[in-house]
Amino acid sequence: MKLEELRQIREKVEKQMRLREGQARIKIIVGMGTSGIAAGAREVLKTFLEEVEKRNLTEVIVTQTGEKGLSSKEPIVIVKEQEKPDIVYGSVTPDIAKRIVAEHIVNGNPVSDYVIEIGA
Amino acid sequence: MAKKNTILICNGAACISSGEERIKEKLINKLSEKNLTEEVDIIETGCMGPCQFGPLMIVYPEGSFYIKLNEDKIARIVEEHLLKGRPVKEFTWATPESRRIGEEKKQLPFFEKQFKIVLSNCGRIDPDSIEEYIGTGGYEALGKVINEMTPEQVIDEIYKSGLRGRGGAGFPTGLKWKFAREASGNEKYVICNGDEGDPGAFMDRSICEGDPHAVIEGMEIAGYAIGANQGYIYIRAEYPLAVKRLQNSIQQAKKYGLLGKNIFGSSFNFDIEIRMGAGAFVCGEETALIASVEGKRGMPRPRPPFPANHGLWDKPTIINNVETLANIRHIIIKGSNWFNSIGTEKSKGTKVFALSGKVNNTGLVEVPMGITIKELIFNIGGGIPNNKKFKAVQIGGPSGGCIPENSIDVPVDYESLTNLGVIMGSGGLIVLDEDNCMVNMAKFFLDFTVDESCGQCIPCRAGLRQMYNILNRITRGKGELEDIDRLEKLSNIIKKTSLCGLGQTAPNPILTTLKTFRDEYIEHIVEKKCRAHVCRFEDAEVKDKDEKILKVS
Ligand SMILES: Cc1cc2nc3c(=O)[nH]c(=O)nc-3n(C[C@H](O)[C@H](O)[C@H](O)COP(=O)(O)O)c2cc1C
Repeated sequence: MKLEELRQIREKVEKQMRLREGQARIKIIVGMGTSGIAAGAREVLKTFLEEVEKRNLTEVIVTQTGEKGLSSKEPIVIVKEQEKPDIVYGSVTPDIAKRIVAEHIVNGNPVSDYVIEIGA
Repeated sequence: MAKKNTILICNGAACISSGEERIKEKLINKLSEKNLTEEVDIIETGCMGPCQFGPLMIVYPEGSFYIKLNEDKIARIVEEHLLKGRPVKEFTWATPESRRIGEEKKQLPFFEKQFKIVLSNCGRIDPDSIEEYIGTGGYEALGKVINEMTPEQVIDEIYKSGLRGRGGAGFPTGLKWKFAREASGNEKYVICNGDEGDPGAFMDRSICEGDPHAVIEGMEIAGYAIGANQGYIYIRAEYPLAVKRLQNSIQQAKKYGLLGKNIFGSSFNFDIEIRMGAGAFVCGEETALIASVEGKRGMPRPRPPFPANHGLWDKPTIINNVETLANIRHIIIKGSNWFNSIGTEKSKGTKVFALSGKVNNTGLVEVPMGITIKELIFNIGGGIPNNKKFKAVQIGGPSGGCIPENSIDVPVDYESLTNLGVIMGSGGLIVLDEDNCMVNMAKFFLDFTVDESCGQCIPCRAGLRQMYNILNRITRGKGELEDIDRLEKLSNIIKKTSLCGLGQTAPNPILTTLKTFRDEYIEHIVEKKCRAHVCRFEDAEVKDKDEKILKVS
């Protein structure tokens, strides 16, 4: 092994480790309360995980929250990006999840049709 | 698939013995029951530190630190936290102060005053994965020394860092390497001392289990520095998990070309083999250890000559402790100035301690040199359980001594501890409270050293035995006041005339307790009273150590 090869491994693994410890540029948070699950939040979350993997997005973590009282428009998804206001989506389906990844996460354009709130 | 949660589950020996395997199994089953298997990663790590509260796990990305796990708690954590995203706060480690700020690990008092260099990867990475080690900058230091530094520069850097041996004696590591580099001969050896014989100590085991590659990388850098191509790790067979992890790491490093021939494509070759010891305390002494590696009976020999000139197979050899070696890569990468800035004037860097006995948070801790014993016990250790009164702390195991309450402001550094008549030792810290009898404690350690004496020199073999018998009589109410003088006289002779460090330090627990707790000795002798209610005086028959030996054989 050459030093450059070592550094390549390091870079890749370092990123993975930062992600698993919760340090990421973008966090996609799916509302996973009981009503969220009933409305299909599990499928939405799975879709996000698959899309992130497929597109090899190394600065994004997908996680869930159980906090209640977000909205009646379950499933709710919050996209938190550093130095940008939080974007809250409502009534998200697996197809909309795919669009959020393609348009918002990758290209930086929120899918405005489903945005229900723009936070601080 | 990407993962939404990563669970780090502590697979240190203490957590294993408190049921980690069962917890992990339950976790796996429960995750699969809830269809979460694909979304959650489980990584088994080395020791996380607070062993008292095991089994332990951390759930990321939230960083929830779950303690005292059982199967019911796992079921709830899966249903609430992993399925619905609601951390189960009441199962996390929260002290009254930290409950306010959340359950995050770094905000807990146990971790707040710690400073992790050697243990930085323990409990954070999967010790069986060389990639994760590389992900934390692993083998970067080896690459740096091979590509950019001469052996002399490496030695100079280590010398300037002020690193001193963590195996007990505190000898400057850079100087030891320099002697071996300058010793004539082109066949030289590096030995890693992982014997760790002190009762209650588990620092080195935890490092080997939790971050085995750090030890290997340290040995390779040492080999490069002194001009050796072969290293041996001497470790006791009673540490099967550490042995397994080290073996696995050696294999992985070889596969990646980070150990073996032409490392990093250079002309530097270095190989490592593991040698298992049978667990004799004396085999931790360097010359006895060398004899043991050579296949001889593990008996010390007089020094000089020192191993740096006449070591393994009579060739120049350096022997370094596990923790010493685990510091090396950090010094190479961050520089001697950085290391030099941590600690006190003469004691640099950090020290790992195994905190045990009468203290709330037992476990593995790493602190900057210069922290006081008081901070160690009362801040990190969380004080004494059950509102009992602190009495003393035994430091340095059977070679060390007791620090009484009026001296606990002493900073942890080699010189300050030596001035108190105790030693830094390898990191054993046993906290004693009012229910511990100091005479009995001294007897406990002497019992150990009598059994572990190799029998080669008379002061250690016969002298310690006499001391034990005297102590035994005192703890049975059969002592006489002259016994105290006898103990002191014997101690001084044994310290001066024993062949190796075992005998030279074995009287320390008696001498330090005689200094501060003399009244307890007198109480036992004159009043036949043990204030801690540990010693029993009604039993009329007192058996000398020899009889015990006869009985066994
Ligand atoms: C009786 C006895 C037992 C020892 N046991 C150990 C041990 O278990 N581990 C260790 O590293 N050093 C032990 N030592 C110290 C070693 O002889 C040696 O000083 C040390 O391994 C050097 O490494 P260091 O300079 O990195 O501390 C022991 C010494 C004596 C006298």
